[in-house]
Amino acid sequence: MCAAKVETRESLFVSGHRACHGCGLALAVRHILEATGPNVIVVSPTGCLETFTSPYGYSPWRVPWIHHVFENAPAVASGVVAALKAQGRPVTRVVAIGGDGATFDIGFGALSGMLERGDDVLYICTDNGAYMNTGGQRSGATPSWASTTTHPAGKQSVGKTERKKDLPEIVAAHGIPYVATASVAYLRDLKKKVKKAMTFHGPRYIQIDTPCPSGWNFPSHLTLEVGRQAVKCGLVPLFEMENGKIIGVRKLKKKLPVTEYLQGQKRYRHLFESDGGQSELQKLQAEADKNIEKYGLMESG
Amino acid sequence: MNEVKVVEGSEAVALAVKACRPHVISAYPISPQTHIVESLARMVADGELDAQYVRVESEFSAASVLAGASAAGSRSYTASSSQGLLLMTEVLYASAGMRLPFVMTGVNRSISAPINIQVDHQDTMSLRDAGLIQFYVESSQEAYDVHLAAFKIAEDPQIMLPVMVCMDGWVLTHSYERVAFADQKAVDEFLPPFRPENYLDPAHPKSWGSYAEADVLMEFKYAIHRAMSLGKARIKEILAEVAAFTGRDHGGLIEAYRTADADVVLVAMGSMVGTIKDAVDELRQGGKKVGLVKIRCYRPFPYEEIEEAIRGAKVVGVMDANFSMGSEGAVGLDLKAKLCGRPEAPLIIDYIAGLGGREINAQTIRKLVARTEDVYRSRLILPESEWVDLNPAILS
Repeated sequence: MCAAKVETRESLFVSGHRACHGCGLALAVRHILEATGPNVIVVSPTGCLETFTSPYGYSPWRVPWIHHVFENAPAVASGVVAALKAQGRPVTRVVAIGGDGATFDIGFGALSGMLERGDDVLYICTDNGAYMNTGGQRSGATPSWASTTTHPAGKQSVGKTERKKDLPEIVAAHGIPYVATASVAYLRDLKKKVKKAMTFHGPRYIQIDTPCPSGWNFPSHLTLEVGRQAVKCGLVPLFEMENGKIIGVRKLKKKLPVTEYLQGQKRYRHLFESDGGQSELQKLQAEADKNIEKYGLMESG
Repeated sequence: MNEVKVVEGSEAVALAVKACRPHVISAYPISPQTHIVESLARMVADGELDAQYVRVESEFSAASVLAGASAAGSRSYTASSSQGLLLMTEVLYASAGMRLPFVMTGVNRSISAPINIQVDHQDTMSLRDAGLIQFYVESSQEAYDVHLAAFKIAEDPQIMLPVMVCMDGWVLTHSYERVAFADQKAVDEFLPPFRPENYLDPAHPKSWGSYAEADVLMEFKYAIHRAMSLGKARIKEILAEVAAFTGRDHGGLIEAYRTADADVVLVAMGSMVGTIKDAVDELRQGGKKVGLVKIRCYRPFPYEEIEEAIRGAKVVGVMDANFSMGSEGAVGLDLKAKLCGRPEAPLIIDYIAGLGGREINAQTIRKLVARTEDVYRSRLILPESEWVDLNPAILS
């Protein structure tokens, strides 16, 4: 069943939705749609985006939008693409926007299937590194040593001991034409990547770092600052891949120590409160350094 | 006009689906459903069927592709069995809730564990509450004819629900039968292209799959139930339309077979019905007043029709090829719930039979009729459903 018609305004994602103060995801979605333009159908899995945009009778979406269940957005998107093809509506494009839980974990099989089939879907993962809609539980996208409600730091725990799944690389291994990472802190770069992705046909993937003030526990006016720090320290490298090859990275003028990024977030507080956290902080710095080297992030380098 | 061929049951279904001109087909292999979607794949590969065929990585995605395609305004189809149907469960509930009218064949097969690929109805019965309209068919011919009706029923503006045609695995899907096919022109006249009032369209942006709170959720659910209840009349009309242009009338929501003066009535669904009809004829020759109610449309449950058919019967034996663990067979429960408290309601005995492909033959039926008469005569109150032909040696 359909909700009532949405209100008329310039933007394709209008105000009045119920996202938290300072939500990185909501900001990202508005700019994604500015880049795609109006001739798109958006598919979303269950998650924050679905919850805060779809209370029955209200909708901020000024493009057709469909949510079905948690783990099937890529397959629903494939179905929409198949229908558009069958009906001869080639101008309308399909964009899926899902969180990291839906993308890295529960919907991963469906995502891989969609990529393997080569369906004409731009899949955008808005990554805040945990199941924020249900209160911040660990996901495959949770970075190492972050404390989550299902893998909390404690007397005998330093938070998540495993690595964040390297999804851009896994997605790229499907041999798709375009893969990029972006950050809501760099909106011009984000929109440029979305626009570029729209010029390709076949499956495309963009992973956007969307800091979550409620889940990471930082003041809600600092979303963009926290996002910038994540990029500047090297933990969130911004790059573009075409046909499996890196074609560009966002260079860093100066390397920010990871502690500058981590210390303001409650999910890492335990690393700063005990001496034991030092070794984890060093490991996180090593991970950032590895990214800097792997992607050639330093301007001088 | 009606071409007749001897074909495999799966091929008959594929030909019915083809005649309905689906836009989108999506499928994942599982026995014994696979021949249907293989036939459709061949038709697409040979250019006989102009449809998008989406080859997915799981049944979960097959049903999800249909949800997306249907919301985007395309007629769509899939088939599955057993574990595959269970994997689709979540998607099917959501699709019914969102009123997405695709059609699927539920090729009946037992559920693990133990793993078993033979027929029973546990798989599709597990989906009876999802909001799907469910048919069960007796023969390949009936499978063909009901599939023609299925799309029109699903897409009826007053109904708008997914339809599942349940068909016994192997017994029907893999046996060769004489099947009469409908003329394409007649099918086209009967079934116009799918033109839903709402579909995903940037010119008319709407939001689908909203979050509904307690203030509206019950109304959404009741609306599905009401579409089914009020839809019964429409379903009967559409089945009658198919009967008119094919010249084959299998009945409405049920088929009442020799029930008019029957003392004992059996109730059954699926391919076992053919066996039961033969046994009924034989018992009638021996002077026993036995009849049969074949349920064709199981959801919505055709309570009024069954009540009419069993009026006057002393005892009813329900043949359930499924079981609700810790309770009874599903059809028996449905019937008892509806008849409870009715004056002059007959005694109802629930039999669990044929699980995992265990044979149900004429001898089984004769035995059950005798048992049913005994229970009636002795006024026994049975503590639970009777499991037919259990082997005590294995149980001990």
